[in-house]
Amino acid sequence: MSNALHVHITVNGQRQAQAVLPRTHLVDFLREDLGLKGSHLGCEHGVCGACTVKLDGKVVRGCLVLAVQADGREVQTIEGLSESGEIRDLQNAFIRHNALQCGYCTPGMLMAASELLETNPHAGREEVRQWMSGNYCRCTGYQAIVDAVCEVLDARLTAADKGALA
Amino acid sequence: MKSPSFSYVRPSQLSEVLSLLQAQGDRVRLLAGGQTLLTTLNMRLSEPELLMDLQSVPDLKGITLTDQHLRIGAMVTHDEVAQSALVAQHAPLLTDAAPHIAHQAIRNLGTFGGSIAYGDPAAEWPACLLALNGVVVAVSARGTRRIAAADFFTGLYSTALQVDELIVACEIPTVSAQLWTSFQELARRHGDYAVVGLAAAARAHSTALQEVRLAWIGAGDQPLRSTATEQVLESAPLSEPLIAKAIACLKTELAPRADMTHSIPAKLHLSAVLLQRALNGLLASTSISQMSRNL
Amino acid sequence: MNAPDHQMLMRALKDNVAEAPIPHEAPPLSGPLKDAHHIGQSIPRPNIERLTEGRGQFIDDMELPRMAHIVYWRSPVAHARIVKIEREAARSMPGVLAVLDGHDMAQVCQPWVGTLTHLAGIKSAPQYPMAMHKASWQGEPVVAVVAKTRAQAEDALQHIQVEWEDLPAALDMNTALLPQTPVIHPELGDNLCFTRSLDTGGVDEAFAQADVVAQATFDFGRHTGVTLEPRCQIADFNPASKQLTVYHSQQAPHMMQDLYSRQFQLPESSIRVICKDVGGSFGIKVHAYPDDFATVAAAVLLKRPVKFVADRLESFVSDIHAREHRIKGRIAAKKNGEILAFEIDDVTGIGPFSMFPRTSGIEGNQVVNLTGGPYKHKAYRAKLNVVFLNKTPTCQYRGVGHPIACAVTEGLVDLAAAQLGMDPLEMRRLNVIPDDAYPATGASGIKLEVLSHQACLRKIEAMMDYPALRAEQAALRAKGVYRGIGFATLIELTNPSAAFYGVGGARISSQDGASIRLDPLGGIVVMVSVGEQGQGSEAIFAQIAADAVGVAMSSVKLVTGDTDTTPYGGGTWASRGAGVGGEAVLQAGLALRNNILKVAEVILKRPGQELHIHKGGVLDAATGQELLTLTELGRIAYYRPDTLPAGFTPELMVTRHFAQKDFPFIFTNGVQASYVEVDTDTGFVKLLKHWAVEDCGRVVNPMLVDEQIRGAIVQGIGGALFEECLYDDNGQMLNGNMADYLVPMAGEMPDIEVAHIETPTRSSVLGAKGAGEAGTAGAPGAVVNAINDALRPLQAQVWSQPVTPEKILRALGRIGDAAG
Repeated sequence: MSNALHVHITVNGQRQAQAVLPRTHLVDFLREDLGLKGSHLGCEHGVCGACTVKLDGKVVRGCLVLAVQADGREVQTIEGLSESGEIRDLQNAFIRHNALQCGYCTPGMLMAASELLETNPHAGREEVRQWMSGNYCRCTGYQAIVDAVCEVLDARLTAADKGALA
Repeated sequence: MKSPSFSYVRPSQLSEVLSLLQAQGDRVRLLAGGQTLLTTLNMRLSEPELLMDLQSVPDLKGITLTDQHLRIGAMVTHDEVAQSALVAQHAPLLTDAAPHIAHQAIRNLGTFGGSIAYGDPAAEWPACLLALNGVVVAVSARGTRRIAAADFFTGLYSTALQVDELIVACEIPTVSAQLWTSFQELARRHGDYAVVGLAAAARAHSTALQEVRLAWIGAGDQPLRSTATEQVLESAPLSEPLIAKAIACLKTELAPRADMTHSIPAKLHLSAVLLQRALNGLLASTSISQMSRNL
Repeated sequence: MNAPDHQMLMRALKDNVAEAPIPHEAPPLSGPLKDAHHIGQSIPRPNIERLTEGRGQFIDDMELPRMAHIVYWRSPVAHARIVKIEREAARSMPGVLAVLDGHDMAQVCQPWVGTLTHLAGIKSAPQYPMAMHKASWQGEPVVAVVAKTRAQAEDALQHIQVEWEDLPAALDMNTALLPQTPVIHPELGDNLCFTRSLDTGGVDEAFAQADVVAQATFDFGRHTGVTLEPRCQIADFNPASKQLTVYHSQQAPHMMQDLYSRQFQLPESSIRVICKDVGGSFGIKVHAYPDDFATVAAAVLLKRPVKFVADRLESFVSDIHAREHRIKGRIAAKKNGEILAFEIDDVTGIGPFSMFPRTSGIEGNQVVNLTGGPYKHKAYRAKLNVVFLNKTPTCQYRGVGHPIACAVTEGLVDLAAAQLGMDPLEMRRLNVIPDDAYPATGASGIKLEVLSHQACLRKIEAMMDYPALRAEQAALRAKGVYRGIGFATLIELTNPSAAFYGVGGARISSQDGASIRLDPLGGIVVMVSVGEQGQGSEAIFAQIAADAVGVAMSSVKLVTGDTDTTPYGGGTWASRGAGVGGEAVLQAGLALRNNILKVAEVILKRPGQELHIHKGGVLDAATGQELLTLTELGRIAYYRPDTLPAGFTPELMVTRHFAQKDFPFIFTNGVQASYVEVDTDTGFVKLLKHWAVEDCGRVVNPMLVDEQIRGAIVQGIGGALFEECLYDDNGQMLNGNMADYLVPMAGEMPDIEVAHIETPTRSSVLGAKGAGEAGTAGAPGAVVNAINDALRPLQAQVWSQPVTPEKILRALGRIGDAAG
């Protein structure tokens, strides 16, 4: 009696073919069907941000996207972003600043921050605070997270300047 | 929670959408950005039989400009509106309002049409559409209707849309670029639903105001305009006494509901504060332009 | 040629500390710790790369064979007699394995009562895993559905039919004891859980002599923890081995082991509790919930693993709540600013049961103990009534009574200062117990080892450039911009002795242990009974162990959170991880160092006194020359005992335990300041900046402590401005979701500057006190005082938390009966 649909979703660069129930949201698909446990669930109503993943390169709440909606599209999770090395500087900054404590919000925070780094490389501290205010953290009080993101913004600009001069 | 079961279809043509709506409109829920619908489903507040995903329907995207209007496709995302140079030029009220809508992850998926169709009194786009005198373009198998924003929002989460219709676009008159507009919102936390908000527009010839539209967020059961207060502002040149008269009128005209932490008197008071601030800003700019004309 | 006796070593180290003059700096470590280069350093936590790569191991990440999922039908109303439960429709739904009611579970699980003998007179009714005859709060579990997937279980839940009769509910703590209020448990006689009175005597005289008396009624809104990872566990009962394994997101695994043993009448040895990564706890996860026992009962009955993950909506009505108080407070002072007395009358509303096993009386009890805490006055009177309500049960949540006691105390101090026209910082300076007056006893009877209020006040004044802020405030006031500065001086109990729970009959251990093993290649494994929930316990244990033994931190492996493999201990609560767990690690490390030296002695044929261990090698203590690596020593000890003298056996694994026994609690102290701007048109508050000076004794890792303080401050700000569980007239929670229950997010939070004074405790060698909760203790007091400081020129005040725009506008007269 299952009304499962066959979908093809490219996850972290690998095309995955799966049968999935329409009601299954993207994070449950990632966690249960693909065993990618790095994306977390904190509320399932789109507020806490723990489920943040990328769909076609943009951050989304994975709990507010159906897996079937992602058919034919590309998804990136924290595992993929880590493997590619593209946020290595951000991850290192988080560790250096202790911008994570229990780690539950961290994948979502890193996802959200990575989009800021891409779309607003000149963001100032206040803008960083506003941008990150869509992700709930109970442990850190946010300052270390803001510090880490600001540090990476600065470092990337400096590296870009050096690159431009080189 | 986990959503209840439903079936899913993703049409690739508008005609498929329309015929399905005609045949089974009451069983079908349209899935636009899904940011509201999926929240509702995840909380098991609703049990639709069939979700129709609009993402692949080609006629629903795009922001385009004609002689008459700025056309925003129903499936244009909040982020696309926020980033659009056309919008910034021709409907800057929307550009001002966009950063208040939730957070980036929601804006990357949530759609303009979805927001208008939901008609949430606490949302930004419906109030903006009212303030800009926009038009909703609704299509069904029976044809196309253009519904003025002023006629579109009919009650709590109710709109003039029929069960077999969907929004394909909203049209905003291009004259809006010459309007004075102001967007303000009070929210406890960045991105929250507004406690109260005001999307205001007017055509100002020095201090004489015409076409005043004051559209409110969080001040009633639906997105609404305070038309009596608008008329006060059109009745005489803008001045501090006129502003005071308008504020007094507003406090009798609006009938907001209390929310969980703000009483009705608080909502009225805060609405008045927002109107005061918007009009103070307008008065200052008309005075400056007046002064510069006198020089 | 024996290595120095361990006991002598310990005494020597402790004496060093004891002989030092009263310090406000931790003395340098000496003896074998003289080369310590990890303790005291802001070293980033090891082993957290995986958390940045999505490779943590949280309970919900785990799957076991044949694992099923459990969901609970919870009472939708505050108080109801259960008439009938219809299960057949649910049972026949796809994937459903069982539908269980309270009677099913009562067959395998004993009821419990949340009382302890040291809270004299406390009473509560027996409680079962699920309600049977009546439901007493909205959210109480009544029926359990177990299915192959969570979604299937939730589908079936909708087909459970429960017939109930509404019962009148007790919903208002202010009227809970009045005759017209329904008594929730008639067998108890009334709705009073616990009452306490304290009177030092001389209070009426003090108020009579006072030049100023200030008073206010302080309201605190009920709120809750909102851990991002919800409560969750997997219960796995193997019927063949009769072994119960519970994977639990919990702070106190040994406590849960004991409780499962007693409630399910299984031998303690057949129960293993394993904690993996815990996604935030803050006290929410240190209690024993009915769901915990129900999930285990389901596993026992079904003979297969059962996973429970609380959904967020269910968390709001089933996680413990806290901090619902109304306190009438008064302060008496002389015109020179000397505080003569405090008096409080506290009523607090808990749930219909006192929570198990720590009781719901502790929070109010601490309010009584801690009000007025920083100050010298002698006269104090307090009355406490803890009353049952038909709302979610309450219990210890980060800070436990401290945020309330501090807000009341500090609010009264500001009110008195304002009446006297005295600067609030000056008023505090005059009245805090002086830094050289210790040990001291507070008016409530609390024993204070050594605090540093005066040093902290000096430091914060400099840090925030107080005179400049006052000048800025005055200048802006002249332009109609209302900024305020608020202080909160605080004390915080940490490193508890058995006085907290043990003496009351609770099987909650106040001691902890550490086992350290030298591995053959020269690394060490450290097994500790205090676990990790993100605060960095494992990191500081690694720092301490590395210094104590003499190895690099990269050679240290931590094992925590498993009752089978760690020593027995208490776990995380009451800010005891560093002070108690850390001390056990230190002593075990020093003992292992000693044993390593004994092995080195026989290998090198040199006396132990001439040797020293440093950075993984045995050195000549005089020349610093490395004589033998620990890798080589390990090889010989483990693989070549034939080369060692007859009668000599290397003992390269050592266990030590520690219990703090010098004081009932080791108190810490601090002071916080908040700088705010109040928009007097809208009532909105902007937090401009926050400062904290904290004295938590020796700081093992300044970065981790600072981050604990920041997180704790923001958590406190939540209760001060945003968070409240709101109810309708029928006792149903109105805002049990993340959109309507407002937790602090990054956009509204200030930057927080933290500094330290370090006055070590002499109750341990390490000298570390606790730091996890002080931020939450002081933040609400400081913020509310700042708001009132901003409003003072407008003759407005708000003492009701959370301080919302509504409340500020009413206080200002901008809305309400008097408004235009």
